[in-house]
Amino acid sequence: MFSSLLLVLLIGAVAWAGAAAGFASLFGAALPYAATVIFIVGMIRRMTYWATSPVPFCIPTTAGQEQSLAFIRQAKIDCPSSSAGVFARMFLEVACFRSLFRNTRASVRGRDSATAGLSIVYYSSKWLWFFALVFHYCFLLVFIRHFRFFMEPAPSCISFLESLDGIMQTGSPRFFWTGALLLIALLFLLGRRIFNERLRYISLLNDYFPLWLLIGIAGTGVCLRYFDKTDIATVKIFIMGVTHFAPVSPEGIAPLFFVHITLVCALLLYLPFSKLAHMAGVFFSPTRNLRADSRRTRRINPWNPPKQYFTYAEYEDAYRDAMAEAGLPLEKQPDKSAG
Amino acid sequence: MAKLPAPQMLIASRPDFPDQRWLDVKPEFTPGTFCYPAKKDTMEILHMPNPHEWDPAADDWGLPENWEKILCDAFADRLEKHRSLKLFMDICVRCGACADKCHFFLGTNDPKNMPVLRAELLRSLYRRDHTMLGKLLGRKAGARKWDKNVVKELFYYAYQCTECRRCSLFCPYGIDTAEITMIVRELLHEVGLGIHWIMDPVKNCSFTGNHLGIQPHSFVEIVEMLADDCETITGIRPKTPFNKKNAEILFITPSGDVFADPGIYTFMGYLMLFHELDLDYTLSTYASEGGNFGSFTTFNMAKKLNAKMYAEAERLNVKWLLGGECGHMWRVLNQYMDTYNGPTPANMIPPVSPVTGTVFHNAASTKMVHIAEFTADLIYHNKLKLDPGRNDHIITTFHDSCNPSRGMGLLDEPRYVLKAVCNNFIEMPENTIREQTFCCGAGSGLNTEEIMELRMRAGMPRGNALRYVQQKFGVNHMACICAIDRATLPPLANYWAPGVTVSGLHELVANALVMKGETKRTMDLRQEDLPGADGDEPADAPAARGEGE
Repeated sequence: MFSSLLLVLLIGAVAWAGAAAGFASLFGAALPYAATVIFIVGMIRRMTYWATSPVPFCIPTTAGQEQSLAFIRQAKIDCPSSSAGVFARMFLEVACFRSLFRNTRASVRGRDSATAGLSIVYYSSKWLWFFALVFHYCFLLVFIRHFRFFMEPAPSCISFLESLDGIMQTGSPRFFWTGALLLIALLFLLGRRIFNERLRYISLLNDYFPLWLLIGIAGTGVCLRYFDKTDIATVKIFIMGVTHFAPVSPEGIAPLFFVHITLVCALLLYLPFSKLAHMAGVFFSPTRNLRADSRRTRRINPWNPPKQYFTYAEYEDAYRDAMAEAGLPLEKQPDKSAG
Repeated sequence: MAKLPAPQMLIASRPDFPDQRWLDVKPEFTPGTFCYPAKKDTMEILHMPNPHEWDPAADDWGLPENWEKILCDAFADRLEKHRSLKLFMDICVRCGACADKCHFFLGTNDPKNMPVLRAELLRSLYRRDHTMLGKLLGRKAGARKWDKNVVKELFYYAYQCTECRRCSLFCPYGIDTAEITMIVRELLHEVGLGIHWIMDPVKNCSFTGNHLGIQPHSFVEIVEMLADDCETITGIRPKTPFNKKNAEILFITPSGDVFADPGIYTFMGYLMLFHELDLDYTLSTYASEGGNFGSFTTFNMAKKLNAKMYAEAERLNVKWLLGGECGHMWRVLNQYMDTYNGPTPANMIPPVSPVTGTVFHNAASTKMVHIAEFTADLIYHNKLKLDPGRNDHIITTFHDSCNPSRGMGLLDEPRYVLKAVCNNFIEMPENTIREQTFCCGAGSGLNTEEIMELRMRAGMPRGNALRYVQQKFGVNHMACICAIDRATLPPLANYWAPGVTVSGLHELVANALVMKGETKRTMDLRQEDLPGADGDEPADAPAARGEGE
């Protein structure tokens, strides 16, 4: 946990020092170009890597009643037999984290008077679902909000989004709730890993690092907006220069801005090579994205090996006499002379 | 069984998490924690790679010299064959939602039984060879190299997973541990590691047609005996058609139901039901196994054992297949069979119930119908005369088997049937039934005696739910639609909820079934006295439902 925190701090420190020492263009322009290219190429390669292996069998996890008899009601989304059902299932999975919503917490008690002994109680446990959802949506909204730096003039939908986001407060700069919720959700996700025994036991550097990285990104972003206020106009001119492949001098922009940019680049670089690739991977999941119609439609396995089995003819050869004695019908009568 | 600690002790004795990192903890192969290894000659006759004698408790497992290369190559090969494997290795975020969904974890508190960590055992090896971060950072990024202890660990935990898929229901990315366990077992078989309880039935099934190795004449004999028992109970001896050509339907069920108590009563139920319907069907001594222990071994072995069904359907020139009550059998039939061994032979047609005319559109391609679907349809169309009062001495609950629930979605058909044949039906708590059902603790070939304590631990969530309804509602019976359940739930019930009996669904159907011309029933299918049977109530009491034909 600490090594991943140190790693994030180190990245930040290098960016700060670099920007302060006059290499701001390196961190503000060159690195983002490289990171974006590696991110795009990396994600395409990762998806190609998955896609090049076939899905030989139809293995959806059926999470409800199958389609069978007319008088039995099918769970059309949880056990979808149509493409529309699969679409709905995937939509709920991706947009609402349907599976995580089912989460329960099992508590094993040694003594319980009601059952005169052991009991396991299953509590509904929606915290993980809730904060995961908060994190992902806030991250998405913050991401979209940032487009006002990339586009001139900023599209009206983004301005509208901002006005919603800032609805909680008057004053300047307006307080954006997405930024705050993003940080709270991230701290919850980090807190689970630290304080929950099971989570602590399974967590790796690869789990803490992206959390610290995201906390770093959100933290520097919040600082840039409310505390170490940056001159937004200058930043926008700089970013517009970068996006139009005509970088301008980064003079006058605080080093913290480059820390922010560098951490974002680190995230882009890390993403295709790590568990964060789940953002694309979830769409590939064969237990979710297949129709539960395996008895209705035959699925073809491209590497289906040839059939090799103990045939009936071999079987009858092995047991012909006994079968004849038991009065079973035979393809070939036993050889009397051999008997 | 005698050596098992009391349930309270079993719970209290679950150890805390180890202090060491999981990468540094090694499994201990003490008796009772592992299944006996497959015999060398079994593996040889099945042409499994690298057959050898070995002992899980020994230090040296006698792996072939180039074991590491074999495993690395096999792993790379499986990655190319299964997108699921690549994806499940890559995208787990270790959110931990799966942790307490696993019955093995709840029962043992062994962190490596958390589905996430069970997968990490393999994922750590994947990282070293197939990811950049793992190559760069090694152990720091959770990567490790193959060594013999890792192989042992994979074996240990691949056989403490029943491929029940409960974790996959809760995973936000649908990561399916069953898929990972299946592939780990495949890898282990590449270096000659398998277990006796699985490979022996596989061998039998390969060469005699069924797991128990019942030869054709004995198979006939046993079924005839069961038909005799039906006659004792009802006065009617049901037909027992074998290997009959041109029958409309070929009926296939797990051979365990022909052989083992209480499955035999379910089998008698089938015979009586089909006789009453005057169904044009046949049994086969060649395709006399519905179950498929090959599916606990390798995909190819599953395919091989499954191939007999369509082959026999073709030889006997039947129109469609009807499948009995079984769990993993239906995982294979529903999600694999058509891909493995389809398309179906030309003589087969989409299944139509000859009694009701219902077309089973959902089985249009595999042409195999589940008996619960078939019977539910009969009951819906009032084709059976039923006297559920004959089951009034039981208060039953229903155990959803993992595979029909999460690999098929067969949830309401058996309930529909059960409610029609039993007046007293109580569900277990909602987090333990339907798609959230808990495994019996011994599926996927782990129903062997030598790991009984482990089975009871893994069966704890199911046992607890059963105990709950037993104490709260007086439940004294548990119906199920799985042959392995019928073997594993009686000891489980005995241990966690003594006094609860276990049966298949069609045993209860046949108990309630009023057959044309039957004698007055005084016994149930187990030849136990029916309470109230010596009263004056006629067999076709007003409680009887349905019109008959």
